[in-house]
Order: sequence, then structure tokens, then C-alpha cells
Amino acid sequence: MKATALLLLLCAFAGCATFDPPKPWEKGQLAKPEMQFDPDRLETRMNQHVYTSKEGASGGDAIGGGGCGCN
Amino acid sequence: MRRILPAVPIVIALIAAPPAAAAGAGEAAPAFALQTAAGDTVSLERLRGKVVYVDFWASWCGPCRRSFPWMNEMHRKYGGKGLAIVAVNVDKKRADAERFLAQVPAEFTIVYDMPGTTPAAYAVKGMPSSYLIDAAGRIVAVEQGFRDERAAELEAQVRTMIGAK
Repeated sequence: MKATALLLLLCAFAGCATFDPPKPWEKGQLAKPEMQFDPDRLETRMNQHVYTSKEGASGGDAIGGGGCGCN
Repeated sequence: MRRILPAVPIVIALIAAPPAAAAGAGEAAPAFALQTAAGDTVSLERLRGKVVYVDFWASWCGPCRRSFPWMNEMHRKYGGKGLAIVAVNVDKKRADAERFLAQVPAEFTIVYDMPGTTPAAYAVKGMPSSYLIDAAGRIVAVEQGFRDERAAELEAQVRTMIGAK
């Protein structure tokens, strides 16, 4: 009984296989500006610059290491 | 547990998607028949005997924008000498493509494939993708993306193919 239930569940999950990620030619929606992580790239750079300067943490914002203040 | 074990391979087979057949160099180019804005049908078969440069592009694709002036130049140089450039638009909205073309005019043939069956047949891996097809309908080269430093090499290839014909 348990085995049948598990098998049914697995079969149900097989349905998820049809949800393919979008193909390269289907990424029109994803390419829209409102889909980006940064609403304004220049503003983000500016904020990062101010942040790293204030904290003395060059590179400490995103990438590993940094924080030595050596710019 | 023992009873469901034989079913596991079946379930795995159901989950695993079949690998897409890629259209690579040396293979026959998948046929297509697509419409231009004017309603004319452009088919690969009817272009047999010409060197065909098939380009997949979309309005939202940045490098596509840079590839158009180069393709215009290629069309001007070799259009009358046996090269046919067919740029397949894969936008979901025709208006997006028209806005793009108003900004970046194209002198070569533009066809539209909204459902995306042609890029699927060619197993396009990135945008833009270009396929250089010889007079016999065989793919000679596949170019992914558009880089200015590759343009000269592509042009040389086109030139030898036209000369070799």
C-alpha cells in the first residue's frame, strides 16, 4: 500500500518534467529591464562605491575577501 | 520497498527529458518556410544553390542590434554574388520586432517565427545564433553570439564559400 502510494507520488512528480526552463529564444520577458535585479545599474554602483568607501571595505560588498581597506 | 524497485527505472525514464538533437556543422540544415512582413514565403529549399546565412534574432537581444549593420554590409557586398541572408525573428510580439527594425534598418530578408519552431529545429543555444549553410543545404559553420572580432573571419569564410561554388 505504502509502495503504491510512493509510486503514484513519483509518477505525479514526473509531470514536473514538462516544465522546462525557457529556451534561449524564449527569454524576451526575462530580458526586460524590470526583470533585472538592479532597477538602476548606475545607482547601484554609486551605492556600492559609497558603502565600500565608508566601511573601508574594498571588494567587501559582494566578492570574497576584501575588507582590508586597501584600495 | 522490494516491490516498487522495478518501477524506479520507468519513473526515471519518464522524468528524464530526451536530449535535443543539435544542428551542428556538417549536418543537413533543417528545412523551414517562413513569412516575411509582406507575406512572401521564404523557404530554405528555394534558396538551394546559394550560400545561406541564417540568423536568429530578437528585439530584446543586445548583440543582435550590433550584428545588423554587419549583416547589411555583407548583404551589400555579397548579396548579388550568391549569398542570401535570412534573419529569423523570434519575438513573441510583432510590434517589438517592428520597433527594432525602425531603429536598426535591415536591407536583407527578415522572416518571422513567433511559435519558435525553427530555432527549436536548429537547437539554438544562445541569442543571436547564425548558421552558414552551403549551396547543397549543409551547415558549414555555427556562430553563437556576435563579436566584432569574429566578423572578419566569418566574412572570409563566406567569401571562400561563394568562390568555391
